[in-house]
Amino acid sequence: MSGEHNHHPAPLSDVEARTRALESILLEKGLLTPEAVDTVVSAYERDIGPLNGAKVVARAWVDPEYKKHLLADGPAAIAELGIGGMQGEHMVAVENTPTVHNVIVCTLCSCYPWPVLGLPPTWYKSPPYRSRLVIEPRQVLKEFGLELDESTEIRVRDSSAEIRYLVLPERPEGTEGMTEEALAKLVTRDSMIGVAKATAPAAGA
Amino acid sequence: MGIDREIATMHKEVALPRKNGELVFQEPWEGRAFGMALALHGEGLYPWDEFRDRLIAEIDSTAGTSGPGPDYYEHWLAAFEKLLLEKGILTREEFEGRKAEFASSQREDVF
Repeated sequence: MSGEHNHHPAPLSDVEARTRALESILLEKGLLTPEAVDTVVSAYERDIGPLNGAKVVARAWVDPEYKKHLLADGPAAIAELGIGGMQGEHMVAVENTPTVHNVIVCTLCSCYPWPVLGLPPTWYKSPPYRSRLVIEPRQVLKEFGLELDESTEIRVRDSSAEIRYLVLPERPEGTEGMTEEALAKLVTRDSMIGVAKATAPAAGA
Repeated sequence: MGIDREIATMHKEVALPRKNGELVFQEPWEGRAFGMALALHGEGLYPWDEFRDRLIAEIDSTAGTSGPGPDYYEHWLAAFEKLLLEKGILTREEFEGRKAEFASSQREDVF
């Protein structure tokens, strides 16, 4: 319509024009800032969700029966805590110990246990992480700041549409007597992916 | 943040489109429409139910479709527009006028 050259952007579609109109009016009225919208979108891409997983891990740390249940039947144990949203994929919890370290990846795309971990971090979806973790896991973990003893066996768990893994990190030392709620705060998203350990409790806490 | 749970528990026909669990925005405007509706709710302009009910009504109005489809964010946008108009947050004149400016390229940037 605007000639044969593509120097000008295509006319906006109806939905684009409507969305921009809304955003520009809301900005003018001072009801929104562009940053507020960015923050929401990126929060859903990065931050939401790990709390569910942290609750699962903390419960497993304090309740040996629950831990057994979680390792045997992930979906049922997770559902028991009122966490929903699973779309039929099977959730497998894998336990980290002093001798075995599990770390999750999806080599094919970006399968991720989102009901417990929220939206995946950007690096999880990056081709270098997906390919290198399988080839040189020890080095990749080192780059994440996690140096494992040479004697520790690393198991790279490749997620798929059917099976999603959740890493059950080791309970940090010095946490005896902490409440389940306080323990959950030590459980980071990265520790449930397996690129970090659970946070050590603050000294003197 | 209660809204996270609201979003996470939008099931069945109002469930957000996901691929491998990730929210899927096929085009940038979809992300903007998503973010605006949540951000204004976060500012306290309306309870989430008021948005969600309109979203359900929009989706229901297209009989025969089920589950998150390619039109999901068109429904989302329509519901968001109705909510803003019905709450008096903006007027139809403002909206139509501004829309025409963008559609005719008199205005290009939001800022």
